Amino acid sequence: MIAVVDYDRGNLFSIARSLAHVGAPFTVTQDGAEIRAADGIILPGVGAFADAMAALRSRDLVETLRDVAAIGTPMLGICLGMQLLFSRSQEFGETKGLDIIRGEVRKLPTQRGGMRIPNVGWRKLDQARPDPLLETGEPAPMFYFVHSFVAFPEDRDRSVATLRINGLDAAVMVRQGAVVGCQFHPEKSGPAGLALLQRFAALLGGQKGAVRAA
Amino acid sequence: MIPLRLIGRLDIKGPNVVKGVQLEGLRVVGNPRDLARRYYEQGIDEIIYMDIVASLYGRNNILSIVAEAAEDIFVPMTVGGGMRTVDDIRAALRQGADKVAINTAAIGNPGFVREAAEAFGSQCIVVSIEAKKRGEGQWEALTDNGREVTGKGAVDWAEEAEALGAGEILVTSVDQEGTRKGFDLELLAAIHDRVRVPVIASGGAGTDEHVLAVCQAGCADAIACAGVLHYEMSSVPELKRCVGDAGFEVRP
Repeated sequence: MIAVVDYDRGNLFSIARSLAHVGAPFTVTQDGAEIRAADGIILPGVGAFADAMAALRSRDLVETLRDVAAIGTPMLGICLGMQLLFSRSQEFGETKGLDIIRGEVRKLPTQRGGMRIPNVGWRKLDQARPDPLLETGEPAPMFYFVHSFVAFPEDRDRSVATLRINGLDAAVMVRQGAVVGCQFHPEKSGPAGLALLQRFAALLGGQKGAVRAA
Repeated sequence: MIPLRLIGRLDIKGPNVVKGVQLEGLRVVGNPRDLARRYYEQGIDEIIYMDIVASLYGRNNILSIVAEAAEDIFVPMTVGGGMRTVDDIRAALRQGADKVAINTAAIGNPGFVREAAEAFGSQCIVVSIEAKKRGEGQWEALTDNGREVTGKGAVDWAEEAEALGAGEILVTSVDQEGTRKGFDLELLAAIHDRVRVPVIASGGAGTDEHVLAVCQAGCADAIACAGVLHYEMSSVPELKRCVGDAGFEVRP
């Protein structure tokens, strides 16, 4: 069972519909016990970083999420949900994040005549390395992005895929063990996004058990 | 070079998708569910739902249409028409919209754009501009789906909207809308040059070449099509093939 974390700041409806579409069992919940018991966690998020962290804190979910990540429960942070996985953000002054992945969230660079910010639209991932959630082969899939901020992992090895934005190789998909973040919206990326969610769902169960046994 | 973002625009009146010429003489062209479904299956990159009578009647009937679409359409959806308060926006997002388009309420109260951007993030707020040509290099921003004049210059208003926190500007040429004679490239270039957020071109698509002309001019970051798709004068794959054949990247 996938727990979609409900802290009233995400596009829960679209994520729920996508999971239903790919036949993945899920529950939308803000209950800590339910989140701890889940085989996998999806952390959505739309809006501002500080506001989202405050919403998680007020529901007592910060430690819950840190704990489930620490025991190796597969977790997928989407868009702002990916950014929340990091140590801190510079959006409207410095705000502490979940600090599951070390690094910081900063505004995308602008460039005269360059890519416009917010970065809105469908993009092909650059330099994607093999990942269980990504399909290989051609044509490379495109995913839908809409963001003005992006995460900078301290350890660049955490970056699974980047997107070239105004001279920056922005980390738009990261992985640390079973914790994954994607800056794009799989639930809004048509068949390519649904395939990613299906892969996330298909990998559950075994993965958590394996990490626990180890 | 960013890939083409091709948007299907559905102007909604009551339960129907409608289409007029220069925003007048509306005709029913189909039902929103069927059209959205068809465009999604054909590979549309985004859908805009615009309730074109919402600001007239002061209510919003579009959310049930969006909620139904969100059941099985997995591309971004923008909803506009009658967005007056933060609560209106929140309700639209809850029903599955990703972004909202604001026109009348934004011009009447520019602070609303800032309020909305602060509450939901700029990436969520599209300011919709209905631009009517008033002279060489001059366009006026209209409201209420082209029914009301404002005295406000469309290009200046775009710049102001960006400063207030708009994440995208949807530019509809009232003069070209529904005419199938092509986009107003001059208007688009004027606004695209003035702002640094993405610009969506709307109004005038009648052929594949009209869409290609916008790509070649580089005066928009996304292109909205309505009648050309509704009346099957072209299709999503044909439009993408035309643009792709000319060397621009498209989503397959």
